[in-house]
Amino acid sequence: MKAAPFAYVRPTRLQDAVTELGSAQHGGGKVIAGGQSLVPVLAMRLGRPSTLVDITRVEELTHMTVDDQCLRVAAAVRQRRVQREASQLVPLLGLALPWVGHREIRSRGTVCGSLAHADPSAEMPAVAMSLNATVEVTGPNGRRQVSAADFFTGAMATVTEPTEIVTSVSFPIASSDEGYGFAEIARRHGDYAIAGVAARVRSTSGAVVEAPITSFGVSDKPQLRDMSGALQRAVDSLGDPAAPTSEITNALEEPAHAMAEDVVTTAGDSHGSTAYRKRLVRVLAARELARAYRSSLKGA
Amino acid sequence: MDATAKGPGRQVTQPLTKIPATSDGRITGSRIEDPPLVTGQGRFLDDLDPLPGTLVAAIVRSPHAHAKIRKVDLTRARSHPGVAAVIGPEEVLETLKPFPLSLRTNMPYYPTGTDKVRYVGEPVAVVVATDRYTAEDAAELVRVDYDVLPAVVDTKKAANPDSAVLHEGADSNIASDRSFTFGSVDDAFARAAHVVSEEYKFPRYSSTPMECYSVIAEWRDESTGPQITAYANFHGPFSIVPILAGALGISTAQLRIIVPADNGGSFGIKSGVYPYIALMALASRHAGRPVRWTEDRIEHLLSSSAGSDRIMRFKAAVSATGTVEALDVDFQENVGAYLRPPEPATLYRCFGNITGPYGIDAVRMRARAVVTNKVPTGLNRGFGGQQLYFGLERLMDKIAVTVGKDPLELRRTNAIPTSAFPYATPTGGIYDSGDYEKAFAMLTESAQYEKLRAEQQAARERGEIMGIGIAAIVEPSATNIGYIALATPQDERVRGRDKSGSTEHVRVSVDPQGVVSVLLGTVPQGQGHATVAREIVANQLGLSVEQVVPKIDMDTATTPWTITTGSYSSRFSPLLTSALVEATDRIAATIKVAASVLLAEDPTELELADGEVRVTADPQRSVLFRHAAGLIHWDPGSLPDTFEAQLNAEAAFTPPESTAASKTDQINSSLCYGFVLELAVVRIDPETLEIAIEKVFSVHDPGTVLNPVLLEGQIHGAMVHGLGGAMYEEMFYSESGQPTSTFMDYLVPTSAEAAFPLTSETFETPSPLSRLGAKGAGEGSSMSFPAVVANAVSDALAPHGVQITSLPLHGNVIHELLSNS
Repeated sequence: MKAAPFAYVRPTRLQDAVTELGSAQHGGGKVIAGGQSLVPVLAMRLGRPSTLVDITRVEELTHMTVDDQCLRVAAAVRQRRVQREASQLVPLLGLALPWVGHREIRSRGTVCGSLAHADPSAEMPAVAMSLNATVEVTGPNGRRQVSAADFFTGAMATVTEPTEIVTSVSFPIASSDEGYGFAEIARRHGDYAIAGVAARVRSTSGAVVEAPITSFGVSDKPQLRDMSGALQRAVDSLGDPAAPTSEITNALEEPAHAMAEDVVTTAGDSHGSTAYRKRLVRVLAARELARAYRSSLKGA
Repeated sequence: MDATAKGPGRQVTQPLTKIPATSDGRITGSRIEDPPLVTGQGRFLDDLDPLPGTLVAAIVRSPHAHAKIRKVDLTRARSHPGVAAVIGPEEVLETLKPFPLSLRTNMPYYPTGTDKVRYVGEPVAVVVATDRYTAEDAAELVRVDYDVLPAVVDTKKAANPDSAVLHEGADSNIASDRSFTFGSVDDAFARAAHVVSEEYKFPRYSSTPMECYSVIAEWRDESTGPQITAYANFHGPFSIVPILAGALGISTAQLRIIVPADNGGSFGIKSGVYPYIALMALASRHAGRPVRWTEDRIEHLLSSSAGSDRIMRFKAAVSATGTVEALDVDFQENVGAYLRPPEPATLYRCFGNITGPYGIDAVRMRARAVVTNKVPTGLNRGFGGQQLYFGLERLMDKIAVTVGKDPLELRRTNAIPTSAFPYATPTGGIYDSGDYEKAFAMLTESAQYEKLRAEQQAARERGEIMGIGIAAIVEPSATNIGYIALATPQDERVRGRDKSGSTEHVRVSVDPQGVVSVLLGTVPQGQGHATVAREIVANQLGLSVEQVVPKIDMDTATTPWTITTGSYSSRFSPLLTSALVEATDRIAATIKVAASVLLAEDPTELELADGEVRVTADPQRSVLFRHAAGLIHWDPGSLPDTFEAQLNAEAAFTPPESTAASKTDQINSSLCYGFVLELAVVRIDPETLEIAIEKVFSVHDPGTVLNPVLLEGQIHGAMVHGLGGAMYEEMFYSESGQPTSTFMDYLVPTSAEAAFPLTSETFETPSPLSRLGAKGAGEGSSMSFPAVVANAVSDALAPHGVQITSLPLHGNVIHELLSNS
């Protein structure tokens, strides 16, 4: 469990980091920030970058800022800091981050690193999709913005080029008419999810305006679905927008079932078969959409 | 888990043995081992550099479960900068012999594959270099050409005559097949009102010590022949020493093994380090320098060792009222690719207690050890107990359903009555003491059993899934190694070469200032032996604990040891403490003679207390213990004429009850037999099917309690180990023999999973066979808890027509069971 030889650089300017990454031999450069996924890969010699570009000393990548009704989390910001400082501004992050590994992992791991790693069972990509976050990528040709929905292309795969760095992610600040739900099932606390969902609901006077829900651990990438119509019908069927969460959950069973059948395509493993994952997505989607809807009413 | 003694549910029934406090009253059971460990001052083998110029090894391992080794090319690796030596099968065959096995079978076992590889991770070559990075770089340059062969990992398939054969020199993959009958088994089945039977599968899981294997070996060719010095975190059994010497082709006197005092956990698994001692000694011979190898996590998980997986057919003859009259068991043990000594010991460790806590007079047993393309098995906390009791205790539940009795009541009525102790089992065990009736009464009370059942009924009516599981087990300790002979038929066992025993050694000495040193050869791995030994010696000699200094040391050249030495089968509490009492008795007698000179009083009139030697009838007349000791050191001329100024006492506690297997194939396989009665309440989320352990009640009788805090730690630890097997850990192999290889798949429970409320209670029926009445207590719940969880989940799902016959249990498994029911 010792890494194969590699070069290590730790630039202090973003421009230098991009240059180092671009000049790595055979395109074998790899960005390291928290290293919580990358270091085991190196130690097991499953990955052999020629150069590691450590971005944690790039000053501009250490900031977390609020501008334009967005929380901008730069690439070197640790998950633990986001959890502590931004859970009020972006409540879905606050709900999801406790599920990311353990506290020790979150105090090293970064939010942008989790997005760049693009594990299909990870929490941050699903949250980014449900929040319609924007990922900023910087390369030799400058910066570009990519919506989270377009960012993930498959298992451990994104639109990022080998010479580009994920430099930040911007999450919209919560509005008062929004509610959230997040849940996942794992064999142990801190494990990657067997299946999970991240839900956001916006409503006006009880009427559903938006209801994106992203399922993870179910496919080669997180699966975003618009459940606004189904949620509206469920609420209508109860005839009472203030119906208890459990009743809304029950009313959502059918559409949640249909969504689960649609989004779960993974072959499954010893922790969760395809059928069990479908069951979990059905249960969690109905519960969390109902929870998100109910909490969206409170701000109205 | 509630580790601190608080909360309304927690109670300790019996006032436990008083824990000696320091003179200022500071210590109340905390461990002297802890301050250095929790401040990073522990000195483990990887922290030590005992042999200057030591090089570092990396091992090339097989990626295949079963393949013929066609060609091994070491040329490129040997020419890599920084590499001192590279060895492969050729070098192994040139110098080493196969390890002597526990029974006669033609399945040669070397520390590397030689003709073939037989499991993923089996060593093939060793690279010795300046550092581990370089060694691993060069290891990638070792080229091994394989002809891949069909692999077999399933026990039944491997036992089938059509199966791929692992060892061509043997007739089949069945390494051992023995049958035993005790009592009138056929009669009992013929007249039984019910015959209840089931097949159970126990999974393969392991231990996960914080420190993996570690070895430093040096081979020196001296004028008298090779001399091998090995540092290793090996902890016994030292029956392995002659096995190692046999493989190295040297005498045991040419092999010196030194174990560092700090050993980062084992739970049995580190006994499997020994093949690497032979391998690194050979690597050192070729490198001409000492060689260090530190096993990494991947290596440990992939290829160190494991508890065995077992297929078990249980059959019971049961009376109309639910009395079990006879038991018929058929064990098929998957020992992995080689019958690595001391295997097939797992099959026989519980031989004397195969009927558990029940008064069953007739037993039939068939025991087969089957080789497959999995990693070889070895010691793992519980060692045979968790397998046995999973089957026996699942069967007891099935019997309860069959005869329409409550499962706790069925167990209580079948349990050996208190008046029957000491109790001889049909297989040769002699249960030294017990009061199972008391344990049943305590559990019924503390768990409020009837109320629990009423709650369960109410929960079921609300559509909730709730279950109550119970297991009653006998916890054997202080193994009698003679049981391994049972794997060999009686008429093939060589007369005069019997094996038996359970000896444990200690050396106690007193310095000129009256400080008592205690040398422990038990090779602990974090259990707290030093803490307990200090308390016992202080108690025995009437001293404060500060005046006693325990020293952990194992050096086969200087420490007293025998074949049975080592830390396994919970030997410390019954055996080592008995040796301590015997040694301190001798020290006390000597000190009294010295004091008798100072006090002008007959030694028989003296007692040791409060750091003094005093006249029993007139305690005012006294001398300090240290003055008496000082007299022996400084002024032996004043002692009685024939008196030897001996302030060193060695004792080897040798229980006469541990004798070799009889001609009738019976054996008292352990010295002591404790008791555990455990109950768990589980709930299963009807939608997600997640299993939650709601609460656990555990009653233990470990004989005399030596230190209640450490006992509680052992109960917690053993239970969480059992929890791993019950719900999380499984060394799973694909059909082609590819194993789980990382902690992404091999899930060890963490503190979050172990946080269920536990009420543990203890009472004592002292053993008449150990000097303090103590029995072992380190394994009980690791044997019972898998059965407890399975019984609880099975009870929860009974209304859904599901019964549990295998482990581990988790949402995905429950989903599958419910989908198929």
